[in-house]
Amino acid sequence: MLSLKDFEGQKPAWCPGCGNFMILRAFNEAMVELGLAPHEFVLVSGIGQAGKLPHYTRGHTFNGLHGRTLPVATGIKLANHKLKVFAVAGDGDCYGEGGNHLIHAIRRNPDIKLLVHNNQIYGLTKGQASPTSMKGILTKTQPFGVISETFNPLAMAVALDCSFVARGFSGYSEHLKELIKEAVHHRGFALIDILQPCVSFNKINTYQWYKARVYELDNTYNPEDKILAFQKSLEWDDQIPLGIIYRVNKPTLEEQIPVLKEEPLVKQKLQLGKGQELLNSFY
Amino acid sequence: MKSIMDYSIKIGGEAGQGIQTVGDTLAHIFARAGYYVFSHQDYESRIRGGHNFYQIRLADKPVSCSRSKIHLLVALDKESILLHEKELSENGHVLYDSFYLKEKFKKANFLDVPLTELAVKHGGSKIMANTVAVGAVAGMLGMDLMIILEGIKRSLAKKGKETVEANLNAAKAGYSFAHEECLTCSFMLAEVKNPKLVISGNEAIGLGAIVSGLKFYSGYPMTPSTGIFNFIAEHALDFGLVVEQAEDEISAINMVLGASFAGVRAMTATSGGGFALMVEGLSLAGMTETPIVIVLAQRPGPATGFPTRTEAADLLFALHAGHGEFPKVILAPGTPEQALSLTYKAFNLAEKFQIPVILLTDQYLADSQWSYDGLDLTNFEYRDYRLRGEDFRGLKEYKRHAFTESGISPLAIPGEAEHVIVTDSDEHDEDGHIVEDAETRIRMVTKRLFRKMPLIKKDMSPPLLYGDINPEILLVCWGSGYGITKEVVDELSADYKIAMLHFSELFPLPEDETWLDIFTKARVVINIEQNATSQLAKLLQMETGIKIEKHINRFDGRPFTIDELKEKIDAFLKRF
Ligand SMILES: Cc1ncc(C[n+]2csc(CCOP(=O)(O)OP(=O)(O)O)c2C)c(N)n1
Ligand code: SF4
Ligand SMILES: [Mg+2]
Repeated sequence: MLSLKDFEGQKPAWCPGCGNFMILRAFNEAMVELGLAPHEFVLVSGIGQAGKLPHYTRGHTFNGLHGRTLPVATGIKLANHKLKVFAVAGDGDCYGEGGNHLIHAIRRNPDIKLLVHNNQIYGLTKGQASPTSMKGILTKTQPFGVISETFNPLAMAVALDCSFVARGFSGYSEHLKELIKEAVHHRGFALIDILQPCVSFNKINTYQWYKARVYELDNTYNPEDKILAFQKSLEWDDQIPLGIIYRVNKPTLEEQIPVLKEEPLVKQKLQLGKGQELLNSFY
Repeated sequence: MKSIMDYSIKIGGEAGQGIQTVGDTLAHIFARAGYYVFSHQDYESRIRGGHNFYQIRLADKPVSCSRSKIHLLVALDKESILLHEKELSENGHVLYDSFYLKEKFKKANFLDVPLTELAVKHGGSKIMANTVAVGAVAGMLGMDLMIILEGIKRSLAKKGKETVEANLNAAKAGYSFAHEECLTCSFMLAEVKNPKLVISGNEAIGLGAIVSGLKFYSGYPMTPSTGIFNFIAEHALDFGLVVEQAEDEISAINMVLGASFAGVRAMTATSGGGFALMVEGLSLAGMTETPIVIVLAQRPGPATGFPTRTEAADLLFALHAGHGEFPKVILAPGTPEQALSLTYKAFNLAEKFQIPVILLTDQYLADSQWSYDGLDLTNFEYRDYRLRGEDFRGLKEYKRHAFTESGISPLAIPGEAEHVIVTDSDEHDEDGHIVEDAETRIRMVTKRLFRKMPLIKKDMSPPLLYGDINPEILLVCWGSGYGITKEVVDELSADYKIAMLHFSELFPLPEDETWLDIFTKARVVINIEQNATSQLAKLLQMETGIKIEKHINRFDGRPFTIDELKEKIDAFLKRF
């Protein structure tokens, strides 16, 4: 039997009160409840406060470059599709630096679960605007306020027919834990955008700010309805929906690659004996 | 022994006319007949129009470069005549179709072959014109018709009986016409026996990767590397390879890192611009000690440069690529044969030392085709350097970046034991977790760099000396400079004590430095490079202190031909 003790990692270097702590807790509890032992999954993360999460729990870890979590995670999944693969990223990491990879990961649909710690700010680099920062906010590098439109990851994901699109809030860690479990049970690429207060650099989108706006979708909501999902994904200012926004069943990347029909790539025998035959084809 | 038979055939025309098909078909037919061939291509970055050519050298001894003089020009457009007639040798001939070129040439050495007419009449369609041309070339050369027909049958076997039949008829028509009408043709073909294999640099790398145990390839198309991608994708199902086209080169290298982390041999290939995007990933391979192989097929830069032409100006870029200090290996094959063996070496070095290895080629090597009596795969023994299965499960504890005497930590694969594998792009401890302390940093740099580097140097081979073993004149070159420089040495060896020193294992240079003596013994040292700034010479000076004073550089995007290079060398030698 797994317990939270199995997921005790390094001592977190996050600020006291940071929303990341509750995400870490939700993740660990989800693993315990799912019965996923540390050696059965891989955490791929980028650089930022979010990217440090793998060190604070236990699991196989590839903590790579800022923005590049999804390509690494895809490579791992294709090499060994028996491993559960999680990607953990910040909003800057995943929606900014690595935005292109997100688009194409959704298109490929590998069975990867992506957790985006969306604090609407660059935490680790001390408070610059991120793609999800609200228009008009002032930062040291946006002294006249953010001019660009706020990026809406969920609307984009629905538009791209992402197979699982959800929003969580680190303040509601029970709910978040359930979302993580749902994502793991779902077969295909899953995006969970997690609203995460950054107590040090985001003085606008605080716990209170989120709590005043978020609401949980109940079971009258049908996440299989794409048009409805798109509408839901556009809700923001006063009413911010939490839960599974969109879900669709479709074949995963690895299921569609003929070579991966049976065993994972890493387990397959090399066909070196056929090398000579290949060489002979040059005559 | 001087060979009598050494012909060059040039096929010129617009993009989209099928120059490559004609060239490839001829090269393969010649090789199957038992001749040695060498072919190179010159094409523009466009799909239709412009001017392209394909040059084949046909001989009865191994050949490794193109010559300036041509004996047969197949002109599929007028431009080919305007541009290349002057390259004809004394008894050189031109094959053209006056209907197609809308002009008749009254010269004795011009043979007007009604390619289109014969194609329609005997092959049933205009599109058979290229096959008529193949037949006509063979007819002019006076080859055995049966050999041509066999060759066509073989290369079209998959296309069905009707297509084969139509092509055979078209080839026969071209053959008979040229054979009868070319009264001045006096080609002398030598008697040859065993069929030769034909392989390009790109194919040799693809083949090398597959026979070295490649399982995962990710790339983003970029000339001249795309041939490798095509080759590997073509054989994916047969050899159980996963091939994924990435959204960009950053993704490609990161996917390759992920796949390697998960336990399979992985590779990507690109050219300069794509490699520039991969540089951060290269550094990540260095920090996480993840084995990967990257092919950098050079083309002229900066920026987009000449997309389809050749240059070897990314050596120092490759050498310095990646922020921070970490070991890497750079190998630059000079021939498809070397490409095959160095690809094998690349995978082994990468995995043995858990480092990135760069295979540096260029458009000239990537696309040129060489012929061989055979290539030997018997030394390509597969050795797995990873920790798997029982060996891994049996361990009491596991640390991905454990400190060891050799600097090499056990490379285990995730999911096969209860141990977790942790690695990080941040500086980390033995377990792979982020650290900030100075002491661990020093120990990690020592492990990754200072411990491994001397061991890597032990595995590197010295440059190859070809020609006189005590040369007065030493020609220094690297990578694709091999073929041309070798033949120059062959041709000048009657007059001079001359040799070539060819570098294919460029970095790090080997531990054994006895080869350095040759630089002090030779009276004249000439460095030959396909770039403007003599990058190998700079590398040598940096690593060994040796300074070369004489340089021949070419940076117009075209490869050296033997005659041009000889002239340049002669000019140097006359001054001494
Ligand atoms: C290529 C690259 N550019 C910039 C950085 C610097 N950097 C590190 S984290 C970060 C942004 C962090 O923001 P986010 O991804 O939202 O993560 P958070 O810290 O907010 O969790 C930046 C710009 C880097 N590490 N690498
Ligand atoms: S800076 Fe913000 S995101 Fe980073 S640890 Fe502190 S509170 Fe959390
Ligand atoms: Mg952030």
